[in-house]
Amino acid sequence: MDRRELERQGYLVTRGFIDLHAHLREPGFEESETIATGAQAALRGGFTTVCAMPNTEPAIDSPGLVAEVIARGKAAGGARVLPIATVTRGRKGKELADLVELASAGAVAFSDDGSPVDDARLFRSAVEYASVKGLLVIEHPEDLALSGKGVMNEGRVSAALGLPGISNAAEETAVARAILVASELDAHVHLTHISTAGSVDMIRAAKERSIPVTCDVTPHHLAMTDDWVRGRRAFAWEQGLKGEQISGAPADGTPFDANTKMNPPLRRLHDVRALWIGLADGTIDAIATDHAPHASVRKDVEFDQAAFGISMLETALPLVLGGVRAGWCDQDTALRALTDGPARVLGITPNADDWIAIDVGATWTVSADALATRGKNTPLLGRELRGRVVAAAVGGDVRFDGGAREEIRAGVR
Amino acid sequence: MTVLEQAKALRWTRRHVLDTDDWTRDEIEAVLETSGAMVEILKRPVRKAPPLRGKTVILFFAEASTRTRVSFELAAKALSADVTTISASGSSVEKGETLLDTVRTLHALGGDVVVMRHASSGAPYFVAERSDAAVINAGDGWHAHPTQGLLDAYTLRGALGDLQGKRIVIVGDVLHSRVARSDIHTLVPLGARITLSGPPTLMPLAWRRGQLPACVTYEADLDRALEDADGAIALRLQKERQEGGLLPSLREYSRVWGLTEARVRLMRPNAPVMHPGPMNEGVEIDAAVAHGARSLVERQVTNGVAVRMALLYLLVGTPLDEH
Repeated sequence: MDRRELERQGYLVTRGFIDLHAHLREPGFEESETIATGAQAALRGGFTTVCAMPNTEPAIDSPGLVAEVIARGKAAGGARVLPIATVTRGRKGKELADLVELASAGAVAFSDDGSPVDDARLFRSAVEYASVKGLLVIEHPEDLALSGKGVMNEGRVSAALGLPGISNAAEETAVARAILVASELDAHVHLTHISTAGSVDMIRAAKERSIPVTCDVTPHHLAMTDDWVRGRRAFAWEQGLKGEQISGAPADGTPFDANTKMNPPLRRLHDVRALWIGLADGTIDAIATDHAPHASVRKDVEFDQAAFGISMLETALPLVLGGVRAGWCDQDTALRALTDGPARVLGITPNADDWIAIDVGATWTVSADALATRGKNTPLLGRELRGRVVAAAVGGDVRFDGGAREEIRAGVR
Repeated sequence: MTVLEQAKALRWTRRHVLDTDDWTRDEIEAVLETSGAMVEILKRPVRKAPPLRGKTVILFFAEASTRTRVSFELAAKALSADVTTISASGSSVEKGETLLDTVRTLHALGGDVVVMRHASSGAPYFVAERSDAAVINAGDGWHAHPTQGLLDAYTLRGALGDLQGKRIVIVGDVLHSRVARSDIHTLVPLGARITLSGPPTLMPLAWRRGQLPACVTYEADLDRALEDADGAIALRLQKERQEGGLLPSLREYSRVWGLTEARVRLMRPNAPVMHPGPMNEGVEIDAAVAHGARSLVERQVTNGVAVRMALLYLLVGTPLDEH
């Protein structure tokens, strides 16, 4: 398959997407995902490079484990798999992992994601130590005392459903802490999956003052609101300013669906709008999936008992394009946040032979069978989405062929 | 056609009773009218009617509760149902048995109605979606306790008549209270206005900041909330709230938000006082108020059986004239 030919046929051919943040679950949680299934799912979602978070069992905190992730990634034959290692040994938040050695073994960044580095002194120390070699620290901004036992966004919806809430401040105090540390040390901190208007404002102000912070946002925080937890499943751009559903919105689903439970939680429409504004004005550097696949046993339980996380690699593109179609961000800017943006955060030069072809207008229905990931945990099951990756090449090698030609003949476009 | 048949035929289409938040006034009225007929049955010398003969009601109580369980048991038996109880202490996770396992067991047992009490908000939705039985929510986490809301509405109607324009104060730990939520969703459609009172740490933030449900207001000062009110409902205060840093002490709580005799007099003459029980006398309500002339607490318990009979009848009862 030739990229120029695909271009001539009217597909949007672009650089392959780079995902700064995905949970591939191997080793330890292979019932939820493996490096092989995750790398395959990534490719189908248009990600020719995927960074694997280290909150596995064991956590990726030794050079041997880093090498193992790399080897399994290569063997998978899907997207390029870049390992992220832990910031602290065993991801326990007590002492620093051997950051330089881990980087030498191939770790592209460091994160205790799933949790913050809760101890402020250790966090500062990690950022300071990492700066010596220009290593990238990715912080999951959350004040654990403030988020407490919360399971969804604190607001009107949590009040109605009787679920413990997670306030915006639970994220924003951690964002503020990271900005202050980055400023004082003049050292880079990357904040992942920011979800609130307040976080966007603080990061925008920090960047204006040339403080070295970067950040990413997830497709689900760009598309969904906390109304999804009570079963009202209109995308943000399908809601009026007061949160009411406008035309094209689907019928209500069941409330308390554990597939709508994620951390950070789905926020209010006000926050979602602020995230798009931040994406459009460059405050937000990248879109990262926080792909968090879970086996059904961890989701098919009571809402408060369920694991946090949503399967996202394969639905990221259509969600982003939804906001683009609504006029919330231009397409080039949105696509840059999936390509050049994350490359800059990582400090890598994307391989020019990593490319994908997109059928921007194609519609498809999300189903368990249609997803390559083992994580079928998404509230989008059964939903028709618009925008589909039809081919993906890594280093010039077409590793995913979604059957573009056949579908053209079938008149799908 | 009897009152019962009319209520059922014209206005009842629900398969489950999970929450009253999406009920119409008509549906609530249907339950209250049917409850009235059930009260008559309970006054007979032989307190037994046949509409649930041959039906099985499973009481699935995954959280400790004596009062509600016994109330449902009496209700089901008064309608001639076979009743069986599954209790479980602690969370299902601790037991190593998941809620999904329990749902499969319930399914295999083949009950017609599952009455469930569970510590997790939303758990009855989980069961309803996966079982053939009619599910009645007997209290889920902080979310809802629809039968309590309905029995409170029935009891208040008995005392006050039409609730249109009546103002009811709900005081206490609203944040963690399924009773408060269900009272709101039941009383408001009947025309009542609600004033919530209690410490800000025990109120949902969104509600304190003005995003309240329709016809509901918040007034932190209980004296002001009670002034000229038509009735008051005190909520049970869990003693853990103090350890969680949400309250300084029970003594301070009772001084600021306890229903005392002096406070009760701020309401309209004879305005009634209710409590879902069990009461912490001397904390959220003084003994003199709890057992005084205005107290409807015992009537709530009696009416609870009738309301639960009404719901069982509406969900799975066979028409009385077939017997």
